[in-house]
Amino acid sequence: MPERRTWAVAFVAPALVLIGVFLVFPALWTLYIGITDYQLTGPTAINPRVVGVTNFVSALDDALFTNSVWLTAVFVLGSAVIGQNVLGFTLAWLLRRVRPWLRRTVEGFVLLAWILPGPVVAYLWFAVLSRDGGTLGTLVGSNTAWLVEYPMASLVVFNIWRGTAFSMLLYTSALAAVPPSHLETARLVGASGWQTVRDVVFPHIRGHVLTNTLLISLWTANDFTPFLLTAGGPNHESEVLPVLIYRRALESGQLGYASAISLLLLIGNLVIALVYLRLLRRRA
Amino acid sequence: MAAIDIAGVSTVYPNGVRAVDDLDLAVADGELFALLGPSGCGKTTLLRTIAGLEQASAGTVGIGALDVTRLPPGDRRVAMVFQDYALFPHMTVAENIAYPLRVRRASKAAQRDAAERMSGDLSLTGLLDRRPGQLSGGQQQRTALARAVAADADVLLLDEPLSNLDARLRLEARTFLKRLQRELALTTVFVTHDQAEALALADRIAVMDAGRIRQLGTPREVFQRPADMFVANFIGSTPMNLLPGTVVDGQVEFAGTRLPASGVPGEVTVGIRPEYLRIAPDGVLSGRVSIVENLGVTSLVTLDCGVPVGVVVPEHEEPAVGDELRVSPAPGRVLLYGEDGRLR
Ligand SMILES: Nc1ncnc2c1ncn2[C@@H]1O[C@H](COP(=O)(O)OP(=O)(O)OP(=O)(O)O)[C@@H](O)[C@H]1O
Ligand SMILES: [Mg+2]
Repeated sequence: MPERRTWAVAFVAPALVLIGVFLVFPALWTLYIGITDYQLTGPTAINPRVVGVTNFVSALDDALFTNSVWLTAVFVLGSAVIGQNVLGFTLAWLLRRVRPWLRRTVEGFVLLAWILPGPVVAYLWFAVLSRDGGTLGTLVGSNTAWLVEYPMASLVVFNIWRGTAFSMLLYTSALAAVPPSHLETARLVGASGWQTVRDVVFPHIRGHVLTNTLLISLWTANDFTPFLLTAGGPNHESEVLPVLIYRRALESGQLGYASAISLLLLIGNLVIALVYLRLLRRRA
Repeated sequence: MAAIDIAGVSTVYPNGVRAVDDLDLAVADGELFALLGPSGCGKTTLLRTIAGLEQASAGTVGIGALDVTRLPPGDRRVAMVFQDYALFPHMTVAENIAYPLRVRRASKAAQRDAAERMSGDLSLTGLLDRRPGQLSGGQQQRTALARAVAADADVLLLDEPLSNLDARLRLEARTFLKRLQRELALTTVFVTHDQAEALALADRIAVMDAGRIRQLGTPREVFQRPADMFVANFIGSTPMNLLPGTVVDGQVEFAGTRLPASGVPGEVTVGIRPEYLRIAPDGVLSGRVSIVENLGVTSLVTLDCGVPVGVVVPEHEEPAVGDELRVSPAPGRVLLYGEDGRLR
């Protein structure tokens, strides 16, 4: 018996070590840095002092931090919870009955946005949205600098474009699990498309909707690609939390302060996750 | 209330399977009609074509006075019960039954009303607030039926409505279905591959094979005079005796005997149902008993008359294996099938 336990420990040990090194340690390290006045350069870079909750207090007091929280909420709600979710579902729903070649073509294009590396798509969108000779400007015949004049709107549209593939694929497989006879029953009594979705489809895929919303919300909240497009500008107008953290840590060098914000973002994520899990469990 | 009129309908699936092939069929108003046939013969497809869930690639479908060939399912005034019942798991029985009314935006009171009325008719009283998952198979089947009836359609379509029930419940549900259909006088088409079910329930039966109708008639006609050997083989709980024979000089020779028969001379197949053979001292067929199978009140006895011949005998006449036995066909129950397999 004890020998078995030794073996069991031996088998899980590598996994535990990996989790410890790559997940637990960084989290604790962030927590530690968050309560110091650690800086990238200068005297406190060598001898950081523990300053307690000072960083957290000043974050909550910082207008730029509140601004970032607000922008992140807009970004998550607009591009993920509503944008990717609704568009992904709509595409999946509409593509269900079309010819296979058309479906595969659309899916291919949507997937392309998902699999291309971030810097590449950021560059593409730069080209589309730039003021002089940008594709969009040329198409609609204006020379608006979209990323400067409508930075948040641009980010939301960009992230919808980039992330919809995941929702679409997830909903496609979820829809395949809705029994055809249920859909046909609705058709026979003359239910409209919306009634069918509300009464038949949605109750079947509720779990999928929640899971999908959770995943894309977290990914979007932590997404750093906005930095590649607008770098938080102009004048902090698109400075979502990951961008704020990056700029504080590496541009201003306030590692302690940035860690504190990271931790707050982490807590925010945790709260979102718990709310979703609660909702998901309520079904059972 | 409406009759169904199907003229020259073919239904071809995208993969090229011609599941219904140039088929004509008229179902009378208020009739209980059975589509019967082996698996894959196109029964479900025909039903779905009537409902509009599959588009006919040729021909027309009429319901009542209306040509519905191009109408979407929701506008055809048909209701359908699927083999899996398709009850919505997240709705209560009452909500399920009243769903057609909900789609038409009837008031909550009217919905509840309909659910209660239906539950009375279909022995579902007291179950209205349960979920489908908390019902027995028979109750689920009746709930699905109630929802279809609540749709207030002109035509009711049932795809294997009883096949998910166990044998005992199936008999009960059968009687129930027949009574309900009589009371509602609703034109009803149901699909089954169980010939006993079709014989027991239907006013008329269409026997299908490979997308076509082989025979159409009352259960009695189909049972007593199968139009061809396919139907003869398919109908009947014990398989019909199909014995090779020859017609010569107004007589048919088969299994070592002869019977008077009219018609042109030639090779034929003699069809006699085991139920239509009786033990008789002066019987025309004789042979040794090789197998005795107990069917409950009766037994299926296999006689060796050169070819095996099945005979259904009542329990008090049951012979022992090895006995010599003489049997006679009931008058007018000997069928002759020509070389094309059709009744002569
Ligand atoms: N969606 C489909 N696509 C292509 N072929 C199909 C489809 N559904 C059925 N078929 C084919 O059409 C033929 C008729 O099928 P159908 O389901 O109507 O048979 P059925 O008589 O109802 O059989 P069963 O008693 O097994 O239910 C079969 O050969 C079947 O393989
Ligand atoms: Mg079928």
